[in-house]
Amino acid sequence: MRKFIDKIKPSFEKGGKFGFLHSTFDAFESFLYVPDTVTRKGSHIRDCVDLKRIMIIMVVALVPAMLFGIWNTGYQHSIAFGLDDWGFWDIVGYGLVKVIPLYLVSYIVGLAIEFISAQIRGHEVNEGYLVSGMIIPLIVPADVPLWMLAIAVAFAVILGKEVFGGTGMNIWNPALLCRAFLFFSYPSMMSGDTIWTSGVTRYLSEGKAFACGNGLVDSYSGATPLAHPTVDGLQNAGTSMWDLIAGTIPGCVGETSVIAILIGAIILIWTGVASWKIMLSSVVGGLAIGYLGFASGVTDLPGYYQLLMGGFLFGTVFMATDPVTSAQTETGKWIYGFLVGALAVTVRFFNPGYPEGMMLAILLMNTFAPLIDYYVTDAAISRRAKKVKTAK
Amino acid sequence: MSNIIELKRGLNIPIAGKAVQKAKMAITPDVVAVKPTDFRGLIPKLLVREGDTVLAGSPVFADKVKPEILFTSPVSGTVAEIVRGEKRKLLEIRIKADKEQKSVDFGVVKVSSLDEGQIKDLLLKSGLWPAIVQRPYGIIADPSAKPKDIFISAFSTAPLAANPEFALRDEFENIQTGINVLGKLTNGRVHVSFNKENYAGTPFHKLENIIPHIFGGKHPAGNTGVQISHISPIMKGDTVWTVSLMMTAAIGKLFNTGKYDMTRLVAVTGPEAIDPSYVKGVAGMSMKDLKGYFRPEDNIRFISGDVLTGTNVGPDGFLGFFDNQVTLIREGNEHELFGWAKPFRTSQFSTSHTYFSWLTPNKQYNLDTNLHGGPRAFVMSDVYSKVLPMDIYPVYLIKACLSGDIDKMEKFGIYEVLEEDLALCEYVCPSKIEFQSILSDGISLMMKEMA
Repeated sequence: MRKFIDKIKPSFEKGGKFGFLHSTFDAFESFLYVPDTVTRKGSHIRDCVDLKRIMIIMVVALVPAMLFGIWNTGYQHSIAFGLDDWGFWDIVGYGLVKVIPLYLVSYIVGLAIEFISAQIRGHEVNEGYLVSGMIIPLIVPADVPLWMLAIAVAFAVILGKEVFGGTGMNIWNPALLCRAFLFFSYPSMMSGDTIWTSGVTRYLSEGKAFACGNGLVDSYSGATPLAHPTVDGLQNAGTSMWDLIAGTIPGCVGETSVIAILIGAIILIWTGVASWKIMLSSVVGGLAIGYLGFASGVTDLPGYYQLLMGGFLFGTVFMATDPVTSAQTETGKWIYGFLVGALAVTVRFFNPGYPEGMMLAILLMNTFAPLIDYYVTDAAISRRAKKVKTAK
Repeated sequence: MSNIIELKRGLNIPIAGKAVQKAKMAITPDVVAVKPTDFRGLIPKLLVREGDTVLAGSPVFADKVKPEILFTSPVSGTVAEIVRGEKRKLLEIRIKADKEQKSVDFGVVKVSSLDEGQIKDLLLKSGLWPAIVQRPYGIIADPSAKPKDIFISAFSTAPLAANPEFALRDEFENIQTGINVLGKLTNGRVHVSFNKENYAGTPFHKLENIIPHIFGGKHPAGNTGVQISHISPIMKGDTVWTVSLMMTAAIGKLFNTGKYDMTRLVAVTGPEAIDPSYVKGVAGMSMKDLKGYFRPEDNIRFISGDVLTGTNVGPDGFLGFFDNQVTLIREGNEHELFGWAKPFRTSQFSTSHTYFSWLTPNKQYNLDTNLHGGPRAFVMSDVYSKVLPMDIYPVYLIKACLSGDIDKMEKFGIYEVLEEDLALCEYVCPSKIEFQSILSDGISLMMKEMA
């Protein structure tokens, strides 16, 4: 195989027959083989970790949430339509049929844009989209129309990333931008009670569900726990604490299971790929505002419920920690994380129209992360200047 | 005894090929080279022609801007070749050594009987002045300046570095004399930093007329720049000088023997070195003289210095002025199938927990020169400060250098660092960014703008 690659390589070099596909060829080659480039300047040896490795760890950490999401998509569908006879494989099969197209759209559209823009710039193809493309299907409802998703992905990758110069240069998390685009452009597909369970939208408009002739069961509400965030509300919906932790509730594909997300969090923290400081401070921020709301009577749910419901944990673990768009300084990470958590819960309390505040909280803090860093570095510099002055 | 400064951040790269403490052979140099490129920002003015005869200590070239700074030949012999590069840039003056070595006699003098001016004259004349490095910027010290303090590190934490207790085992007297000399050049003090590991055991802790400091921790704890930032940080307008322990010994030798003596014990190290050990050599000696230390048919990179900061001199190259170490490592120009995707990849070392080398903490690795990835934009933000025990933000500094923003470079501490201090940041960088060369460009820009 190496021989084959070496043989076709010249035609992809500059001036070769397929010279215009240089970046594409390079991407596939470096995907298969670590390149043979050696150090030229500076340090003669380098650590064997590279961005591909870091990104693939991120993808691995998302796998539990994805697998659970596939199962839960089928499971929610089976509950809503009273498919009591469905076994495990029926449920997973339905989930696969629903979720795999989302992944196909996400990766095909996103990677195509990445490749084209790398080609235009003559850069190597960045691996950043491997992660964004993995996240996007997990933070949309399973029923989102594929053409909408395609447009949203294109928007997020082009305007969210490529116009700034690609991975590492972007201000906002591309996956969240994609979701924000969907939310503001097609609110009917992104909020309300009927969209979270797969098949319900189609049933309501066309009178038939995807897999069976059953109608919706009588007790079906379809609302996520966030829609009725009270003790009574959860009880009426039959949602227990355990349901919230295990994730057997309606919601976006991958956001529901606390357990699956925590497995991912452990991988990320242990490998150092994502910052534990941001995760911890975001949880603290969410709890603080959650209990403040509980104490002041805004809600009757104790603060820790805020962590279990909706996309709070998913956002905290996988998206607030995006190393590019979060704060870069260590002190800044504490501040940034705390504000993400606090803002997310605040939005939940005071925005009845759209109770999921995580997306907007992270995007807002992405915007302010450079400002936080600016003040942190500035403070460190003036502190040191003072220290030196007194030492003299 | 001063208190111990414990540095928590840093990294000792587990590279194989540490030199055992024996002097395997004494090299009789055939051709040696004097290289103006060993000194930052130097514009040389050639003083010899091909065919001239020189003694050890005879001037070969001078600084064009400050012509009193002379650079002298380490051996006696005949100027064999003057090597120039692009735009006729002077690269090397190669000198064919005589069988019998003769030196210029600068006269044995007592340091206490000399004043500052006489000491400076002698150092300038003998060619040892360039051994004194000025910070900020890491350039040859300005003879008309008076530094705030002078710093010497009595240990090195660089990968596979020569052991100073062994390499300088006979030099105690000379080092003491050198310190007395340096003490006359500053109104401040001469700071010497020791390693916590062997402070009590090293003979050097008996040195006098110094302010001792003790540092503990991994590389770069032995770097003078790191030590200065913990002893007395360099602010705008400050000037300090640093001298390596080996060069302090050479200065002392000049005053004790009257000779410009550049012979030194050189550690030949690295995974590709056969029986890594020490040789008695001289500054500017040829890599060809290291026969027997490597298999000529192998694809080896010859580094004068250590793997993080040394110079790739090639098999025909020469040892640098400041170096007492040669590292031989394999050129890693081959493709590795599925490298980054392999779950274990146990033959490679990584500080990152995304690999599993943390499971084998005592393993030594045959590291090569492969870049292990392609260059990318900055993505990770917390990997760099873990290997830099200084109160600066390396990524911000490098970004300031990239954008050529003088104010920001100043703000983020460009006066405090040299390339060697950020070398580990470059090593760990998953985006494969060239910290050292970016910082070099930044320092050059500073020198141009602030001149």
